[in-house]
Amino acid sequence: MTWLSDKTIHHLRKVTNLPDLSNTKYKCLQKVASGGMGTIYLAEDTQLHREIALKILDIPDPDGDLADRMQQEAYIIAALEHPSIVPIHDVGTLPDGRIFYTMKFVKGRTLADEVKKSTALPEVLRIFQKLCEGVAFAHSHDVIHRDLKPENIMVGDFGEVLVMDWGLAKLLSPGNKSHTLLNKTTYSNKSKKQKSGELSSTLKTGRLTEHGTVMGTPAYMAPEQERGEIDQIDQRTDGYSLGAILKFLMASLISEEKSKTSSNSLFKNRPRKIPKRLNAISEKAMSENKGDRYKSALELVAEIDNFLNGSPVTAYKENFLEISWRWLNRYKFLIFLILVYVFVRLLIFFLGNL
Amino acid sequence: MSKPLLGIILGAVIGFLDGLTALFTPEADQIWNIAPWSSLKGIIVGLIIGLYARKVNSMSRAVVFGLIVALFFAFLTALGQYFGEGQHYWIEIMLPGIITGGIVGYGVQKFGAEPKVADSEI
Repeated sequence: MTWLSDKTIHHLRKVTNLPDLSNTKYKCLQKVASGGMGTIYLAEDTQLHREIALKILDIPDPDGDLADRMQQEAYIIAALEHPSIVPIHDVGTLPDGRIFYTMKFVKGRTLADEVKKSTALPEVLRIFQKLCEGVAFAHSHDVIHRDLKPENIMVGDFGEVLVMDWGLAKLLSPGNKSHTLLNKTTYSNKSKKQKSGELSSTLKTGRLTEHGTVMGTPAYMAPEQERGEIDQIDQRTDGYSLGAILKFLMASLISEEKSKTSSNSLFKNRPRKIPKRLNAISEKAMSENKGDRYKSALELVAEIDNFLNGSPVTAYKENFLEISWRWLNRYKFLIFLILVYVFVRLLIFFLGNL
Repeated sequence: MSKPLLGIILGAVIGFLDGLTALFTPEADQIWNIAPWSSLKGIIVGLIIGLYARKVNSMSRAVVFGLIVALFFAFLTALGQYFGEGQHYWIEIMLPGIITGGIVGYGVQKFGAEPKVADSEI
């Protein structure tokens, strides 16, 4: 009898935990993360020789509901071609019947990690704007993400912002591109064809999630989503989550500022407290009443633009002093130049009269 | 408003106001000559800054360029004063003149409209 070394045992354990991809063109490299529904692996596309992320449904699914949901996720991502939405490459089934799909492997950090870096307020707000633009694009295709949170946002090494995990996404109405794409999709496997047909009809009625079902992340969930009011969910539901993310970003910036010494120049552009106007923007986005929120994610982008440019924001009513202070801040360099000019003129005048 | 046009307007107004400050210089008795000439100088400087700002979309560069162009024209004006009337107004003309260039550079870049990109350039 030959004894196996610890290293070999460890390797065997690791390998047996990896999924069997024998009938696919992918080679599993390592497990990256686990979600509520599936596990994500780093894999290699053996034909194109590139690294990809592979998501596999890995929890028991006797009714096939979760498989439907995962297929829906794949279709939705495929229908949304946008720089801020992670592109999907392939969808299929493993030899054991489980569904998988592959997508771009994003090298970067989650938004939560990104904000821990030496990132200044304007930089963070620009990242947030990119996120809003990606979400607005999905909304324009009647897709609501429903689980926007910092952990589901990746920031790439080159500043690209990618919205991940569309597993809870909801299609609002039929007749859009996503539905068209769903209807065109066919499967080689007969049973899968049948399943796809069922899925399409389920999606057309928007009823993959039944009324009263609560899904999402509580801290970032809009009240109507928390109450399980599926029919009330629309763009403004994601708008609420965006407001919560904005609040999280501001709070993270400030807590990071406090944890660092003030002499660290990397952190000099971080705010010492949440600017009132920015706080008002997140409060408006997170209004309890859906009608009081921003109508679209693009409206939120414009509002952040106004904040960054020193223009008034609709979410906050300023008093005279605040307007003056904002104006002084906005044109501080111009005011400085004018003051220097006046000073020089006065100096010349007085020296000339000496 | 386009950057060159805004440069011309800003240059004219700021140049005129800068010329009016000669009121506080007792020796400068030809105030109604000085102000229009200063305005004309401002128009030229503003146009040059506006054309530059249209090419370079950077605030700091526009301001620095404004300072340099204004310095050059202020120097020419002071030189004209020296050769024409033999008066030494180097500091009086050049120092405030430079700052007005900076103000025009800032104003043009901050408030001027970006040039429209033609379809053929996209």
